[in-house]
Amino acid sequence: MLKFTEEHEWLKIEGDVATVGITTHAAEQLGDLVFVELPEVGATFSKGGDAATVESVKAASDVYCPLDGEIVEINEAITSDPSLVNSDPQGAGWFFKLKLANAADADALLDEAAYKELVG
Amino acid sequence: MDGPSDLKKTPLHALNLSLGARMVPFAGYEMPVQYAAGVMKEHQHTRAAAGLFDVSHMGQVTVRARSGDNADAARALETLVPVDVAGLAEGRQRYALFTNDDGGILDDLMIANRGDHFYVVVNAACKEADVAHMQAKIGDRCEIVLHDDRALVALQGPHAEAVLAELWADVSSMRFMDVRACDLHDADCIVSRSGYTGEDGFEISVPAALAEGVCRRLLDHPDVLPIGLGARDSLRLEAGLCLYGNDIDTKTTPVEAALEWAIQKVRRKGGAREGGFPGAGVILEQLENGASRRRVGLRPEGRAPVRAGAVLATDPEGEDIVGTVTSGGFGPSVDGPVAMGFVSTSAADIGTQLYAGVRGKFLPVAVAATPFVKNTFKR
Repeated sequence: MLKFTEEHEWLKIEGDVATVGITTHAAEQLGDLVFVELPEVGATFSKGGDAATVESVKAASDVYCPLDGEIVEINEAITSDPSLVNSDPQGAGWFFKLKLANAADADALLDEAAYKELVG
Repeated sequence: MDGPSDLKKTPLHALNLSLGARMVPFAGYEMPVQYAAGVMKEHQHTRAAAGLFDVSHMGQVTVRARSGDNADAARALETLVPVDVAGLAEGRQRYALFTNDDGGILDDLMIANRGDHFYVVVNAACKEADVAHMQAKIGDRCEIVLHDDRALVALQGPHAEAVLAELWADVSSMRFMDVRACDLHDADCIVSRSGYTGEDGFEISVPAALAEGVCRRLLDHPDVLPIGLGARDSLRLEAGLCLYGNDIDTKTTPVEAALEWAIQKVRRKGGAREGGFPGAGVILEQLENGASRRRVGLRPEGRAPVRAGAVLATDPEGEDIVGTVTSGGFGPSVDGPVAMGFVSTSAADIGTQLYAGVRGKFLPVAVAATPFVKNTFKR
């Protein structure tokens, strides 16, 4: 199941684990990324918490945790090569895997059609 | 925040939009922050070939002596800046600073001797205040005119000379900081060999109505890409150049800002035209004895950019705070983060290990020489 947030994140949900990244639209808006800081495995976040930071040449931006949960895996490939987020944001440029505190919370997120409408 | 309707547009606004610019509010103008290529590529292209910047938001001002004698205009300007204006030869320009009575910096600017007048370029955000300041202080002796009827573009990078030579053959004889009138395909332009990138290049003042045509000709050249304010900022930061409002302002003196090189001997203690500018007492004393803090270059050791506002400490716990970062980001040509900031003079030696507060952690940074990249001015 693929879901989206109004903060331009995508979630690919399998069981109670969501793989999380930023959308193609977000990656285009941010421009070339030069630095990514990921959370530590085992860290827990509430929905809306600052889970990661991305930096372009010009500015730093926070990546919010899309739902309550615990970080169970992070994508070290994007910290060593942030440009992966620009080249494949909805694939190899994923950020982290989140074990959802309550899998049913995902139902309230946007589906792909609703997200596409949001970004025009 | 200003709504779009409150923002002014440069004479190149339509061209910028047609080039795919992403426009942002800057100093009261709607300005291109980047074009389709993006900040990283625009930065690298400027260092490798040539970049064209719309900097028409900046203030272009003429200062003309009411007596008709340009030496009177030089003398008048010297009452506002700690710089040798009278000794500036015709066809030459130099960097200057408007100072206030406390020795703080009201604005930084370029002053060119155009023979029968001085041509001054000031920052966009300060231009109305600068013109009012000049009117109030030297308006009795000089006619001060802000030329909103002209665009200003910068062509910067190692191919700039060759590109401009195809429009106007005589450019190769110009040296760094030369200023000349020229005719670019019937546009009456003022060209200076200067810029804000650390690269060789030119700044070109063009009548507003002809600006788009001149720019289109430049952009037709395969070596030229349009460059936005994003790359302009990373280029000037790598070049170690100050941004007014970030690195220097009314609370910083030229000595604190490590801009002593802009104050020629003739205006210093013992010089033939010593002092006589606002804040001379403070600035001349600091030139002799130094100031308690100093602007320095900073190289973060990791990959994380350290940005403006980050505090600087001598210890990794962040207890002994000695300064603040005033500009910082990622340097595409350095291929790493670069920054500058103000620190206590005791922590200003090159190589000093400091720690910058970033998102609750203190990351190691070293005080470093600027520019971070070798400049390529044609002296």
